[in-house]
Amino acid sequence: MTPLRRLTVLLAAVAVLGGTAAGYTAWAARRDTAAASVSAPVTAAGAKAGDGAAGGAPGAGRLLFRTARGQVAGVPQDDPAAAPVPLGLTCNRFSTAGGTSVCLVARPGALVTTDAVILDRSLRETRRIKLAGIPNRARVSPSGRMVSWTVFVTGDSYSDGKFSTWTGILDTRTGYAVTNIEDIPLTLNGRRYHAPDVNYWGVTFAADDNRFYATVATGGKTYLVEGDYGRWRARTLRENVECPSLSPDGTRLVFKKRVSSDPRRMWRLHLLELSTMKETPLAETANVDDQAAWLDERTVMYARGGDVWSVPADGSGAPVPLVRGASSPVATR
Amino acid sequence: MYISANGRTADGTRPRSRLSWAVPGNVLALGAVSLVTDVSSEMVTAVLPLYLTLFLGLNPLQFGLLDGLSFGVTALVRLAGGNLADRWQRRKLVAGIGYALSALCKPALLAAGGSVTALGAVIAVDRTGKGLRTAPRDALISLSAPPDELGRAFGTHRAMDTLGALLGPLVAFAVLTGTGGAYDAVFVVSFCVALLGVLLLVMYVRDRRAPLPGTGQATSPRAALGLLRDAAFLRVCVVAAALGLVTVGDAFVYLLLQKRGGIGAEYFPLLSIGTAAAYLLLAVPVGRLADRLGRVPVFLAGHAALAAAYLVLLGPGWPVAVLALLGAFYAATDGVLMAVAGPMLPAHLRTSGMALLQTGQATARLLSSALFGAVWTVWGSTWGLSVMAAGLALCVLGTWFALRRHS
Repeated sequence: MTPLRRLTVLLAAVAVLGGTAAGYTAWAARRDTAAASVSAPVTAAGAKAGDGAAGGAPGAGRLLFRTARGQVAGVPQDDPAAAPVPLGLTCNRFSTAGGTSVCLVARPGALVTTDAVILDRSLRETRRIKLAGIPNRARVSPSGRMVSWTVFVTGDSYSDGKFSTWTGILDTRTGYAVTNIEDIPLTLNGRRYHAPDVNYWGVTFAADDNRFYATVATGGKTYLVEGDYGRWRARTLRENVECPSLSPDGTRLVFKKRVSSDPRRMWRLHLLELSTMKETPLAETANVDDQAAWLDERTVMYARGGDVWSVPADGSGAPVPLVRGASSPVATR
Repeated sequence: MYISANGRTADGTRPRSRLSWAVPGNVLALGAVSLVTDVSSEMVTAVLPLYLTLFLGLNPLQFGLLDGLSFGVTALVRLAGGNLADRWQRRKLVAGIGYALSALCKPALLAAGGSVTALGAVIAVDRTGKGLRTAPRDALISLSAPPDELGRAFGTHRAMDTLGALLGPLVAFAVLTGTGGAYDAVFVVSFCVALLGVLLLVMYVRDRRAPLPGTGQATSPRAALGLLRDAAFLRVCVVAAALGLVTVGDAFVYLLLQKRGGIGAEYFPLLSIGTAAAYLLLAVPVGRLADRLGRVPVFLAGHAALAAAYLVLLGPGWPVAVLALLGAFYAATDGVLMAVAGPMLPAHLRTSGMALLQTGQATARLLSSALFGAVWTVWGSTWGLSVMAAGLALCVLGTWFALRRHS
């Protein structure tokens, strides 16, 4: 090929490939704009209409969740089929308890970062904590004092695509925030443990705002840890427990247990009785990759396949869909 | 521009002054291919975590399990591919297959949908493509520049490569912002960019084909392994592996920097970009320096810079200093090692030799992360880092004695 012909071919290829890329991008932009305008218009003003509480703030007895388009909305717990009322918040993960809410928002960019937005009883932003990574879990202690979250961080390496989790805890009373609890002294199987690959995720706080449970992973295994926030230490209780969720009465945990290496049925929800350490599989047999939330003392709910489902927390009954097109469920009390 | 294959004019004199910035056309072409390909692949790397977790709702920890296995597969493919490139004397073809495989993975990622198995397979194929192309590409670079300018040639190539890696996430972000979050558009644009890279390779990169080996020039896998009987090359392989064994992975360095340096959590992703920026700025000047002062001293100085980075990390923990030293380490070692090894390897076995060297180094680094993890587990992170820094100092001294004659 002569240099001139080669250049012609190159320019033609740049034109075709560039045209394809630009054309597809323009089409995708129009497609997504069209889809967005069809879905419910969510504004702060809309959120105030008929939520039953001033300023879009959720009252007790509500079931809140995140819609497929990311808006936080609520229905009455006794009528989950009712039309969802938006709260005027857009989050990737949301949780609320005792008048404090946490909203994790991904900020996509050349660098992915996440904001943990803390909101008060009237859903006014009181604090914004800037984090690396992608939103994963969010929880608030029953009193509303302790807020915790987990993000996936990928910035470790520019190209090898490995993940680690960073879990943070905020004490809203003192304002003290830890963005990565990995430094907490850990006792594993009775011995003080150090390792570079320690990852925590899925925190759940007890009513005393001090004791918490979480998952710690190291050496390819996961463990349930019990943490003491005040003394700043943690110890493992049991192997193969992920994303624990403490019952309102503080006696039981529902968690996801790894039951298969097949990613399509990797985790099954189980109940753990804390006084006896007895495990019971829940009636939900499908793969569930979520930190469950307690709807009431006898029922948990979780995201599965784009919907929120509920199942009795004692292994009986059968799973039923609770809210279609939703995730991050949380019941206000 | 420099086109001649052996770097000498007919009367054997050097055509240009040694301060010239000109780089052989084939090296620039390979650099352009790498730049464009890295834009494409880093676009995907930048958005893949978001796509997998927030768009598909998958758990990224499900993907980490494949790592050990895919490393083994990549290593074998790299060795086999390098050897085939020599047997057929078709380095461009083998490199091209590697680039094309990775290009095809972009639409395949979309086609895989939400299946973890399919996504894991596509990611593994993508890495295989990367493993396949590296050795033939580096062999082509080493065959395309005169031996006394290899440092600069590799430096130029690595700088272009790194520039692409820095641009990729920006392009991905622009597409995501412009489309209101359409991940499929990112994959389609990435695919188009990757095809352009393959086209650039096909049209602008010249293969450097030795005559097909006759009886005296065996290129069998056995002959490739026989390269290790050459004392000089064996020393380079042993040295690269030994130094790889005491090199702490970047992931650990960034984690420690974040813990010790007190960097705000939201700045964590900037750390790897800081390293890449330092690498980009230093690759060419350090490569030139290697040609003038000797490659082995520069290679060792690079590891000394790494040891210094650990010491800063153990001491004051200044982030900018650590990242600059880390970038200097890459600039003084990655391409420079290939420039050290290239002239030692016979042209007809050069790809096999480079694949052998790169695989040995990669294996040593995998072991080092296990080693470092073990030391950390037993004695804690400070001791872990101190042990690695001491190991580096010892290995640099040992290497100095082992390689003195090849500087």
